[in-house]
Amino acid sequence: MSRSAHRRLRVRLATATALVLPLALVACSSGDGATGDDGRIRLDINGQPPGTDERELRVFLAEIAAFEEAHPDIDIVPHEGFMEPETFNTRVAGGDLEDVFYVYFTDPAGIIEQGYAADITDHLADVPQLDQVRPELHQVFQDEEGRQYGVPTANYSMGLLYNRDLFERAGLDPDAPPTTWDEVREAADAIADLGGGVTGYGECTIDNTGGWHLTAEIYSRGGLVAEPAGDSHRAAFDAAPARELLRTLQAMRWEDDSMGSDQLRSCEDLMIQMGAGQLGMYIAAPDNLPTLVRQYEGSYENLGLAPIPDGQATLLGGEGYMINANATPEQIDAALTWLQWRFVNPDEIERRIQESRDDGLPVGLPMPPTPDIWIAGETRDAVEALKEQYANVPVEHVAPFMEAAPEIEGRIEPPRAQEVYAILDNVMQAVLTERDTDVDAVLADAAQQVDRIYGAS
Amino acid sequence: MALRAPANAPKPVAAPTPAAAPAVRRRLAEQLTAYGFLCGALLVFAVFAWYPVVRNVVLAFQEVNFVRGSSWVGLENFRHVLDDPLFATAWRNSALFTLYALVLGFGVPFVAAVLINEFRHARAYFRVLVYLPVMLPPVVVALMWRWFYQPEGGLINEVLGTAGLPTSQWTNSPDTALISLVIVSTWANMGTATLIYLAALQTIPGELYESAELDGAGIWRRLWHVTVPATRFVILMLLLLQVVATMQVFTEPFVMTGGGPQDSTVTVMLLVYRYAFVHHDFGAASAMSLLLLLVLAVFSAAYLRVTRGRAD
Repeated sequence: MSRSAHRRLRVRLATATALVLPLALVACSSGDGATGDDGRIRLDINGQPPGTDERELRVFLAEIAAFEEAHPDIDIVPHEGFMEPETFNTRVAGGDLEDVFYVYFTDPAGIIEQGYAADITDHLADVPQLDQVRPELHQVFQDEEGRQYGVPTANYSMGLLYNRDLFERAGLDPDAPPTTWDEVREAADAIADLGGGVTGYGECTIDNTGGWHLTAEIYSRGGLVAEPAGDSHRAAFDAAPARELLRTLQAMRWEDDSMGSDQLRSCEDLMIQMGAGQLGMYIAAPDNLPTLVRQYEGSYENLGLAPIPDGQATLLGGEGYMINANATPEQIDAALTWLQWRFVNPDEIERRIQESRDDGLPVGLPMPPTPDIWIAGETRDAVEALKEQYANVPVEHVAPFMEAAPEIEGRIEPPRAQEVYAILDNVMQAVLTERDTDVDAVLADAAQQVDRIYGAS
Repeated sequence: MALRAPANAPKPVAAPTPAAAPAVRRRLAEQLTAYGFLCGALLVFAVFAWYPVVRNVVLAFQEVNFVRGSSWVGLENFRHVLDDPLFATAWRNSALFTLYALVLGFGVPFVAAVLINEFRHARAYFRVLVYLPVMLPPVVVALMWRWFYQPEGGLINEVLGTAGLPTSQWTNSPDTALISLVIVSTWANMGTATLIYLAALQTIPGELYESAELDGAGIWRRLWHVTVPATRFVILMLLLLQVVATMQVFTEPFVMTGGGPQDSTVTVMLLVYRYAFVHHDFGAASAMSLLLLLVLAVFSAAYLRVTRGRAD
C-alpha cells in the first residue's frame, strides 16, 4: 500500500470512528411501541427469575406461554429482575422501565407521588377478582383520594420466628411460644444461659431495618408511628408503647445480656445465626422460613412461627405490581388481565400448589403459592382447605401464627417510610449500643426529626 | 487545541503555490486524521465523564421528575440539604475520617517504606506482602473486617483478650466506629502509597546518606535532613490525592456500619447515596455532590499546582 493510500485509509477510519460512535449510541437508546408488528398488544414485564434459578424460571416462562395461549392478542415480553432501588430511577429516566413492574409495599407511595405509575382505577371494573383481595392491601397502592395505582399480589405480616430446638434445650415449651414482650424477655434469658455463643433474641439495626422492625414492634404494643395532622402527618411514636418496648429491649441487652454484643446487624445476619442454631428468636415475616431452609441450612422441623408479641397490631408488608405511567389504555387493560390471571386467580391455585409440591417446594405456609391476600369468604376458605390438603411442611409449627392472624390488626407502613425508618434505626442503635441511653430523650429527638420530614413534605 | 507537527513536517506557507499544493493537502490529511481519532476519545469523555458532571450541576437546581419533567427550583435543594441535621454530621465525619486517614494513612506507609528500603534481603517479599491487601476487592475487605471487629468472638478482641489487653466495641460503639473504619481503609490501601514512597526512596543517591553519616548524623537526622527533603514532592502529592480520595469514603461505612451506630459513620457520600437511592431525591443528592465537588476542587487545584510546578 502506497503512503497516500495508507493516509487515505487512516482518514477514512478516523472519520468512520467519529460517525459510527454517535450512531451506535443512538441505536442503543431506541424505544419500543405498544403494539407489535403482528397487531398484538405488547407488554414488557419484569419479575423474571434469574437463569440460575432454573425451577422458578421454567415455571415463569410456562405461565407466560399458557397465558398467551389463552390470550392470543397479548404479547408478554419478560425481563429479568425485580425491584432495584439503585437502578429504578435511571430506568425511568432512560425510558426503560417495563410496562408492568414489580414493587415492594414500601415503594408505591413514592412512585405514586412522583407520577411514575398509571392510574388504573377506571380499568378495575374488568378485573372482578381483585375485589376478593383484602382492602388494606389495596390501600398500599392508593393515593389520598383513593385512586388505585397497582395490584397487591402477596403480603406478609410480622411475627416471632423461633428455634424450637433451642427452646427445648432451654427447658421451654416449643409449642407454647412467648405471647408478650415480657415472656420474650424471659425466654431470651433462658436461651442465652445455654452459653456457647447462643443469643436469646436478635434485632436487625442497619440500613433502615432497625426502623422497620421497631415500627412493627411499636404496632404490637398498640402504638402508632405517624398520625394525620392537617394536610400532612406528625410523629406519634414518642409515647408509652415505644418507651415500654425500648426499655424491655434495653434490659434484655444490658441487664440480661441475652441479645449478644454485636448489634450492627442486618436481617440477613440474623438469618445466618438462626440457620446455624445460634439464635433463639427474632421478629420476621413467614417468608423467612423457606429462605432459612434453602439458604441457611435451617429445617422446617426446627423452626416455629408465633404471632407478634402482645399482638395489638402488626406491620403489613408484601409485594405487587404497578403499571408504567406511559402505558396506553389498551396496555393497562392487558396488564390487568395478566396480573389477574397470574396472581389473583383462584382457578389456578390448585394447579400451582401441585406444581410446587411436585418440585419439592414448601406448601402450607402463608406465602406463594398460597399467599394470604384474600378477604374472608369462599375464596379464602377454598385456599385454606387446599393448603391443609397439600401441606408438605409441619404446619403445626406455624399454627400459632396462623390462628392468631385474623385477630391481629394489620397496619401499613407510615408515610415516607424509608426516611422514618432511617431515623428509627438510630433509636434502635442507641438503645442497643449504649448502655445508659435515655430512652425518653432519644424518642423525643427522633420525633422532632420525623416531624421535620412531614413538615417538609 | 494545537497539535504538534511531526519533526519532518513541511513548514507552513502563506499561500499555496501549485508546487506546494500537494504538501498542504498532505498536512491537512494528517491533521484530519488526528482530529478524527481525537473525536472518538472526546465523544467518549463527553458522554461518560463531562456530560454527567454538567448534568449533576443542572439537577442540583431542579426538582427532578423523570416522567412529568423536572422544574427549576433555584437554591431550594441546597437549602434542603443545609437544613438536614445530618448535613453537619456527615461533613464532620468525613473531615474526621480524612484527618485520621492522613495521620494513619501517611505515617504507616511512609514508615513501612523506610523500613523495607533498609532491608538488605527479602525486600521483594515485603513489597508483595504490603501490596497484597490492595488486590482484595473492597467489599471482601469490609466483610472480613466486620468479623475481625465483632465484640464477642471477633479476631481482634480474641487476640487482645488472650494477651491480657483491654478489648473494644469497635464498630459497635459511636466512640470507636469511625476510627475502626479508618484502620480498615488504611490497611486496605497502604500498599500503593508504600510502593510509591519506596520508589521515591530508591532514587535518593547513597552518597547523601554516606556524607551525612560522615558528618555525624544519626538515623533520625538522616531521615529528617535527607529522606524527607528528597521525597517532599511525592509526600505532598500523595497527601493531596489522599484528601481527595478519603473525603469520598463510601464502601467501608456502607458495607460495615450502614452509617451507624447513631450516625457516627454517616459520610458525605453515604448521605448522597441515601438522598438518591433511598429517598429518590436526585435534586438533593446532586446539590450535596456539587458541594463536595467544590471542596475537592480546591484540593485538586492544589494538586495540579504542585505537579505543574514540578513539571516546569
